[in-house]
Amino acid sequence: MLSVILQDTPIPISANPVIETPEIVWSSLAPHLILILGGILLLTLVSLLRGKAPSWFHAAWTVVVAGAALGSLWPLWSRVQEDGPQTLIAGAVGLDGFSLFVTGIICVSVILSALLLEGYLRRENLVGPEWYVLMLLSASGGVIMASANDLIVLFIGLEILSVAAYVLASMHSRRISSSEAGLKYLILGAFSSAFLLYGIAMTYGATGSTNLVRIQQFLVDTVLIKNGMLLAGFAFMIVGLGFKVAAVPFHFWAPDVYQGSPTPISGYMASGIKAAGFAGFIRVFVVTFGGTYAQQWRPMVYALAVLSLLVGAYMALIQTNVKRMLAYSSIAHAGFILIGVTVATDKGTSAALFYLLVYAFMVTGSFGVVGIIGREGDGKHSLDDYQGLGKTRPGLALIFAVFLLAQAGVPFTGGFLSKFYVINAAVAEEQYVLAVIAMVSAVIAAYLYLRIIVSMYFAGADDHGVSPEMANPPAKKVPAGAAIALGIAVFATLWLGIVPDTVTSVANEAVARLVAFQG
Amino acid sequence: MANPLSEFLRSYLSVGIFVGLSFVLFGLLMVISWALRPNRPQAGKYINYESGVDPVGSTWSQSQVRYYIFALLFVIFDVEAVFIFPWATRLEAYGTFGLIEMFAFITILILGLVYAWRKGVLKWA
Repeated sequence: MLSVILQDTPIPISANPVIETPEIVWSSLAPHLILILGGILLLTLVSLLRGKAPSWFHAAWTVVVAGAALGSLWPLWSRVQEDGPQTLIAGAVGLDGFSLFVTGIICVSVILSALLLEGYLRRENLVGPEWYVLMLLSASGGVIMASANDLIVLFIGLEILSVAAYVLASMHSRRISSSEAGLKYLILGAFSSAFLLYGIAMTYGATGSTNLVRIQQFLVDTVLIKNGMLLAGFAFMIVGLGFKVAAVPFHFWAPDVYQGSPTPISGYMASGIKAAGFAGFIRVFVVTFGGTYAQQWRPMVYALAVLSLLVGAYMALIQTNVKRMLAYSSIAHAGFILIGVTVATDKGTSAALFYLLVYAFMVTGSFGVVGIIGREGDGKHSLDDYQGLGKTRPGLALIFAVFLLAQAGVPFTGGFLSKFYVINAAVAEEQYVLAVIAMVSAVIAAYLYLRIIVSMYFAGADDHGVSPEMANPPAKKVPAGAAIALGIAVFATLWLGIVPDTVTSVANEAVARLVAFQG
Repeated sequence: MANPLSEFLRSYLSVGIFVGLSFVLFGLLMVISWALRPNRPQAGKYINYESGVDPVGSTWSQSQVRYYIFALLFVIFDVEAVFIFPWATRLEAYGTFGLIEMFAFITILILGLVYAWRKGVLKWA
């Protein structure tokens, strides 16, 4: 057998001298390139200057780079509106409204986190460019994920996103819990990546391609008599992606990692990384397998959504550490977004996108406040540490209250409308049970957010024998960068709740489409 | 009628046979060597074998933490070699595009090296 193969296949050295290289529309890759080059240039510049750069330079550079990537979305958006979605690099990367919208969310999350990180690093005496470089590179991975038209590209994007995030989680070198968070995230993340890759391999085995367009076409043209391998591929990919978005029952890493990571980084994880994970989820399941195989994967995602909603909200209630509470509440929020995924309609997708955008503002803002209140050492996160905050730091308490009420879904905040659109999308598909469960979860979670607010405003010295002044001594000023970030986040949270039309109309047009490559 | 599941399991049967054979072969060899070899125990024979040198000190010894950075740098350039060798053998086939692509790749790695150098990783002291 072997000898036959060896005889029949001479090595074709000169048979095909030129390998065809794909044509690349560089201008359409602007957000990817700006983020990657911005990160690499920052690292090189700062290492060549060697400490001569002022401490605010890194954060300012990061904000400018992410802002430039955000700005490059406008011409690309009008290009998509005029010419329709396109495919780039031989069908491996796609440019459509969906990828641009998610790119925007990731850039917003990077800008806010960089602004919060600046003051945090000065307080913790950890100033360095590495944080920002890793964040930019991680964001570029997220952007690659959002625009992936091929399962392998999706996986590469996920790895670029995650490897940088593993390091970021453990960057606070003096806190032992930070190293623990990094290690846990690395081990479990590597595990889940393996699941995703195995799922990709099975899908490839069942359909004969890793390209999403070809997979979709294959499933339309062919009726699989035995679809066991494809379904196993679905299951494995749901495990891998479910881990990244921290959906129950793949959520066990999230509380520990969010609690241990440096607080602004937790904010970035909950907003940027979650957005990229959901982009992958929607791109693979809703868009590619949405038509022919929706009935096969929807029950799985349905179960994830219900479990995340209930377990996330309930577990958040019984925490006493505010960072852990926010981590569990982010699991419940993932459940809401999963509702938008499981209905598998354009309406559901745009509701999920709107939710992700609003949540990016709310959660980075919340973690920003938590980081400031955590004080030097980033350790004061117990609910008792928030006692009397309304008296000692009224401004900060008010901002935090706005974020918490928005997360609870109070009207006139973005949090209300985002929940409303998701539930609306579920009702439109006659998923009444899911809608009711979502509302029950929102009610349970509301108690949790009110608990923090009560602690800030109404808990007095009598409760635990600690006077508010002792729990929260009149502290230093909020760093300028953090003040800007919190201002933007509060403004956006309220603005999206009062005049959402500008953003919802964009989200409605940000539909995900796969475009076949005309080679 | 052939049941597809039992057919599937039957192909595992050969794996089972091979596993069983390997155990039998191993046991047989151990028994034969035990029966043939002379048995003269000495104290010196119970010392750990360290490539012929007598072992000294405890097995718990510290190594320089610096080595981990060398290992990291080595991995970077090891991966570089993995990509450059196949590229170099088919350089003409990839054309200008491949050339630019490889230069972009090497540039990124060099910038990483610049960072390591300015961090003082390359100093021995």
